[in-house]
Amino acid sequence: MAKIKKKIKTIKIDLDKCNGCRACEAVCAAFHANPKYSSVNPARSRIRMIRDPIRDVYVPVYAGEYTPAECMGRDKYVIDGKEYDECGFCRASCPSRDAFKEPDSGLPLKCDMCEEDPPREKPLCVEWCINDALIYEEREEEVDEEVKPEDVEVGLQAMINKYGMEKVMDTVARISQKE
Amino acid sequence: MRYGETGFNLEIDLTKGNIERVETDPRDTELHLGGLGTNAKILWNRVPPEIDPFDKDIPLMFSTGLLGGTMAPGANRTIVTAYSPQTLLMGYSMMGGFWAPELKYAGYDKVIFRGKSPELVYIWIHNDKVEIRDASHLKGKGAVETQEIIRKELNQPNAQVAAIGLAGENRVLMASIEQGRSSASRLGLGAVMGDKGIKAIAVRGTKDINLARPAEFMELCNEVMHYIKYRNDNPVPNVMTILQGLGSPQEMLHVDEKWHTENFVWGNARVRRKDFWNKEIEEKWKSVQLNVRKRLISCYNCPMKCGAIISVPGISTYMMKCFSKLTYSMAAFVEDLDFGFRIAQRATEYGVDGFSVPQTMAFAFELKEAGILTDADFEGCPADNEGRFYWLLDRIVRREGIGDILADGTYWAAKKIGKGAEEFAHNNIKKHEQLPLKLGMLNPVYFLMYATGEKINITQIEGQFPQTPFATMEEREEFIRDWIQVPDDKFKQIVLDWEFRGERANPYYPTVDMSVDIVDWQEMMHYIDDALGVCAGLSSFPLKPPYHIHNYPKLISAATGIDMDEEGLRKVYKRNRSLVRAVNVRRGLRRADEKPPEDHWKKRFPELEEKLLDAYYKFKGWDNDGIPTKETLQELDLGYVAEDLEKRGIIKNG
Repeated sequence: MAKIKKKIKTIKIDLDKCNGCRACEAVCAAFHANPKYSSVNPARSRIRMIRDPIRDVYVPVYAGEYTPAECMGRDKYVIDGKEYDECGFCRASCPSRDAFKEPDSGLPLKCDMCEEDPPREKPLCVEWCINDALIYEEREEEVDEEVKPEDVEVGLQAMINKYGMEKVMDTVARISQKE
Repeated sequence: MRYGETGFNLEIDLTKGNIERVETDPRDTELHLGGLGTNAKILWNRVPPEIDPFDKDIPLMFSTGLLGGTMAPGANRTIVTAYSPQTLLMGYSMMGGFWAPELKYAGYDKVIFRGKSPELVYIWIHNDKVEIRDASHLKGKGAVETQEIIRKELNQPNAQVAAIGLAGENRVLMASIEQGRSSASRLGLGAVMGDKGIKAIAVRGTKDINLARPAEFMELCNEVMHYIKYRNDNPVPNVMTILQGLGSPQEMLHVDEKWHTENFVWGNARVRRKDFWNKEIEEKWKSVQLNVRKRLISCYNCPMKCGAIISVPGISTYMMKCFSKLTYSMAAFVEDLDFGFRIAQRATEYGVDGFSVPQTMAFAFELKEAGILTDADFEGCPADNEGRFYWLLDRIVRREGIGDILADGTYWAAKKIGKGAEEFAHNNIKKHEQLPLKLGMLNPVYFLMYATGEKINITQIEGQFPQTPFATMEEREEFIRDWIQVPDDKFKQIVLDWEFRGERANPYYPTVDMSVDIVDWQEMMHYIDDALGVCAGLSSFPLKPPYHIHNYPKLISAATGIDMDEEGLRKVYKRNRSLVRAVNVRRGLRRADEKPPEDHWKKRFPELEEKLLDAYYKFKGWDNDGIPTKETLQELDLGYVAEDLEKRGIIKNG
């Protein structure tokens, strides 16, 4: 099976170094404004400080996938005796909370690692975190080229759930005719 | 569309319960920028000068600055303004933290309160939705506690809350307004807030702040951020530790307190203990501080960590910054830092000024020793140094017994007590307690700043120019080499020529004219910061800051679209400076009031001091009594101010 190289982008988050200034939120919102940098509004940010100074809770969380439904239950981490917020480490744009949604439209937001052309050296949140709570790392991994049939099935199942079997079948038929 | 600012103020009449969103005049932004500048104009316009600071018509303003909430690092200050019930002059006290940016994201540049609420209330501002809510359940609650309760009951963990404690509710003239790690402590504006019946103001905003020339503005902000990083990696050499870096003095980071404990004075600003610091104390204090300090923290969009979360076993967690860990210990002659952290927790919940209150308590115990206050005044007071400070703090914030008199600060308390008590209120300027500093030789630059400062608080006037000469020519040359912040190269020459002894030393060097120039530069930077809402810790306060007169005009221009160059910005500064002065002149401020404490320096030079004041006033375009002249005011587009002062007979002979 053929192997391809894949770039893995990671932001290492050091909670102990976070000073809670929320520059990451502000600069994220500015970068993703249209036109770029034309406005600032941390509510539009794709990174959120879950921050509760009195309990010494400082957790920057990045926006991940949108989910239409919340989990069946919630989780709560206790680390070194310190209790973190419910779902405090979760990246989902989820109905259970207002994070990672456009404040006007409610549309979900997702971190894109500040992709632009030409590519940036690192995402802006990292660049603006001069206390090094956020560190950008990049590595390459070799992965199988072949797409697993199960992955296709998962994807299709989601489409069927959303639009119904008939719509999806019709669409597949139409696309195959075009091709 | 308005850029940088929102263009709207929130006007809340507490008597009528009326709330209005009012569009502001963009011309005022061009003339005064925002923050302190526009606050001063509103104070001038809205109330006559005879008004009592507790009159219902007094406007109490919570203002953002023009750059507040933008990507400009450190643009997070809230400028609170009213008349100070303590000095009776314009009171503007500021706090960092997260409140001002949140207000701007909610869509407002300022909240302006007038009237008085008959019951204790809190204000909830959530974008366009603004409510006056009952706060009877918060009566007597701590300022930190109140912030937590409100966030919880609103179910708004991201709301920012500014609150008063018991001191503000009881109109203690030294009451602060607390907000997260920050507080507006000086000049008693917490008492004005309490007088209006406002326990707290909670804000949550999710709207945009727009920028006029986005790419250009961002590039300038990037430069500022890079310079901060550069300065953090390259402390200024050959000056003492707390002056080497940016930010407010890094009191939460540093544990070495040799300088403060030996150079600041103990008790009622009396005793300098030149050999206090030793190994044993250092070890003990270090362990205390590291044990209670949970994390070093920042204000909004600022990488400097000037504050800390403090958790002392057995009492609730709070946040602290700057020097308050030492003010109580030193005033009480307690050599245990643990006491400092413990009593500061109670004081923060009560919401009081960490400079004035310890000093006032030390003043009271001096009066007791002198027999001016009696045992009857202190009935039930413990005998030990720690216990009696806790006891008196409780009396002051509740205005009980002698505490009721002391709650007005040393100046007014001394007047009321009489019997020679005035002699003991020795560390005031314009009726307000100053830092506990007593020095040897008069420094002409500091003399001017102390005497003429309208902020009535030296740490918020000084900065930029070194406090003392450098020892060698090599050190001086090194200092001026990358000194890009100077408005003019003449300041470099002063540093090169300034000596510890001889002709080119204090008090006659810097010369009178040079001193006036240096002070004007320092004031200029503070006035610009306070209009823009940028923290002095990144600008006017430290040596070699990232913001200066050369990049500020570009930042303002790119953010707001206002045409601005150095000359234009200098004019805005002069306008704001003279307007603040006019506000105070109309309330009676004159040359005779511009006096540092008699004992601030051992060596005084009355003739030189008069010359310094003469030259300072002349430089500003004010008359010899410190009153702006008609011509100056007209030049600064303040003709309406001149007219009013003339009508009142304050400006004479046209």
